[in-house]
Amino acid sequence: MKIGKEGRWALLFITPWIIGFAVFMAYPVVVSFFYSFCDYSVLSKPVWIGLGNYRDLLDDDVFWISLRNTAVFAVFSLPLGILFSLALAALLHLCVIGKATFRAIFFLPSLLPIVANAIIWLWIFNGEYGLFNYFLKGVFAIQPVNWLGAPNPAMAALIILGLWGVGYSIVIFLAAFQEVPTELYEAAELDGASHFGKFRHVTIPLISPVLYFQLVMGIIGVLQVFATPYIMTGGGPARSTLFYTMYLYDNAFRFLRMGYACALAWILFIIIVTLTWAATRLSSRYVHYQGG
Amino acid sequence: MAKRFKNAVGRGAEAKARGVFRFAALACVAGAGWATCALASPVEVTYWEKWTRFEGEAMKAVVDDFNRSQDKIFVRYVTMSNIVQKTLIATAGGDPPDLAGLEDANMVSFADKNALTELDGYLKDAGISPKIFIPVLLSRCTYRGKVWAVPTTPATTALHWNKTMFRRAGLDPESPPRTIAELDQMAEKLVIRDKSGKILQMGFLPPEPGWWNWAWPCFFGGRLWDGKDKITCDEPACIEAYKWVQSYARRYGAGPVQIFQSGFGNFASPQNAFLAGRVAMVIQGVWMYNFIKEYSPEMQWGAAPFPVKYSKQYGISHAEADVLAIPRGARHPKEAFEFMKYVIAQGPMEKLCIGQRKFSPLMKVSKAFYAMNPHPALRLFADVARNPLTFGFPQLTFWEEFLDEMNFAFQKIWMLEVTPEQAMADVKRKMQKRLDRELRRLRRLGLEQ
Repeated sequence: MKIGKEGRWALLFITPWIIGFAVFMAYPVVVSFFYSFCDYSVLSKPVWIGLGNYRDLLDDDVFWISLRNTAVFAVFSLPLGILFSLALAALLHLCVIGKATFRAIFFLPSLLPIVANAIIWLWIFNGEYGLFNYFLKGVFAIQPVNWLGAPNPAMAALIILGLWGVGYSIVIFLAAFQEVPTELYEAAELDGASHFGKFRHVTIPLISPVLYFQLVMGIIGVLQVFATPYIMTGGGPARSTLFYTMYLYDNAFRFLRMGYACALAWILFIIIVTLTWAATRLSSRYVHYQGG
Repeated sequence: MAKRFKNAVGRGAEAKARGVFRFAALACVAGAGWATCALASPVEVTYWEKWTRFEGEAMKAVVDDFNRSQDKIFVRYVTMSNIVQKTLIATAGGDPPDLAGLEDANMVSFADKNALTELDGYLKDAGISPKIFIPVLLSRCTYRGKVWAVPTTPATTALHWNKTMFRRAGLDPESPPRTIAELDQMAEKLVIRDKSGKILQMGFLPPEPGWWNWAWPCFFGGRLWDGKDKITCDEPACIEAYKWVQSYARRYGAGPVQIFQSGFGNFASPQNAFLAGRVAMVIQGVWMYNFIKEYSPEMQWGAAPFPVKYSKQYGISHAEADVLAIPRGARHPKEAFEFMKYVIAQGPMEKLCIGQRKFSPLMKVSKAFYAMNPHPALRLFADVARNPLTFGFPQLTFWEEFLDEMNFAFQKIWMLEVTPEQAMADVKRKMQKRLDRELRRLRRLGLEQ
């Protein structure tokens, strides 16, 4: 293939990006694969140990704990997050007074820095003075729960907290709703479809590409959850909120077991790729693209 | 005309010659100036340090004194957050600072991976004996028989008690507990509950502040590692220590105590359990005075050695230290050591420790030191540091992993999910395997102790 004059200019302009990608993305990815077969501490030269790190992983109960915690978090957080943002977007799509203001309000939490958000929620979930307990006691007469101090409530607290940052998803769903042709709703109405019927049989199929996008991004996001639990619980109590990436970080930067951390990273990569592939396979059956 | 031309040429040549001469002269002056500058300009030593606020200012004052005291070396003091990771990455990348202010907890893993410059030769050449340091603090900087850093500001821990709360509970505010049994009795008297049984105040809580969960066995005469090839966290003294920890969760109820604990704020805040007057006795380090002064200045408090199981051990403590090290690959190690030498001299060291309200890591202390240092209980912290039974964390290359396992076990014990025997057996099983692997590695490298 011959590159014309314009092509050469284009290459020249994207060269900085290519160099950046090669140096800061491609190279680390490739060497991390090599290091995952090495005993490597960053400070000393890597020593080839073959499958040693992967064998150790199978025997490492903290690895299994972190994997299980991440799976539990993903199983609850991902569908809840999608349903919650879809429901809110549907409400915000209705023609009500102050629609724009409500949309802005629901988007606002997404603008908060993660650390500030985590610190605020630390106090909201406080077992003794937390607002969440006041709310539960006032509305449902539930006795105070030590949210972040006991294993199961801590996980639940983090899942609930995940719903707080659905602002971006809401915006994407709202955009998708606006793309649905109104004549389809009119046709459905003529056929006697209810509100729910229209949502189920018109809206959902037509926004299915967006749902699929949210699902894939969600899978990638929930499996890499790190900052919020790292700040709020530090993995505790008793490793009940120790997520995969936190254990990976500990191995890399606290225990200086970079080779082991690379092996952990590659396993996570394989898990994410597999799940994304599975989601793509499913999508061919359920996702409808307009015009083809 | 010809003459005029000749003269003109001559004048031109003369002017040209003068120009060349001037240029040469200027070049010489500039060259000489550059050479003089190069010879006279001080070597810049980069020094990364973790401290900020008054602690940072105290070290900055010492750095400024050093820079003023001579003109050959200029130390550039850079405050660095997350200093351990950054020093690690910079050292691995071959561009470390000349000096790094680390903590003793980082020493073993850094030294083991040859990431620090060995200091024995430098100390010997400077005629400095490592024995100038308090032994337990020197041991924090020594690994495989070599010195890898020097202690700067040290810390030991002690029991801090709230005298007002003691008085209200009918206890003698000047008599802190000396044994674990006394501690338990006094703690019981200090508990206050409301009508519904909710805990409002406690005398003592083993998980507060939770920084030395691994160290409780040491106050019962136990230890986690035999110093050689055995993890000993399952020995009877260790089990006894964690049974004592669990006794608090059983006595006051694991759930109610955890809810009570969740009301505590950050350590450095007025909501701190001790500073807010919610827990009357706490194990804390020499730095606690600074926080009492800032967040609870009216508090009447005292500090004493932490109670022990057997009274003959009374006076022991846990010791740790901030250290100054020269990372491997530093550009100016000689000049960096010159600054290090300056800091560990008695005068500058005392200035630094007074500024940070800590005791001196040096054996020799001037008469004025304690009088000038505003910390009212400083002698106690210095005395417990000199106790031969005072201990630091086990110097194992995988200590961070061990610490995680101990904290995990502690939390399970505290939540009444396991017995201390089970928890310690689990830690022993995992860590013995880890130690065996480490010993095999050292043997392979010919570094076995």
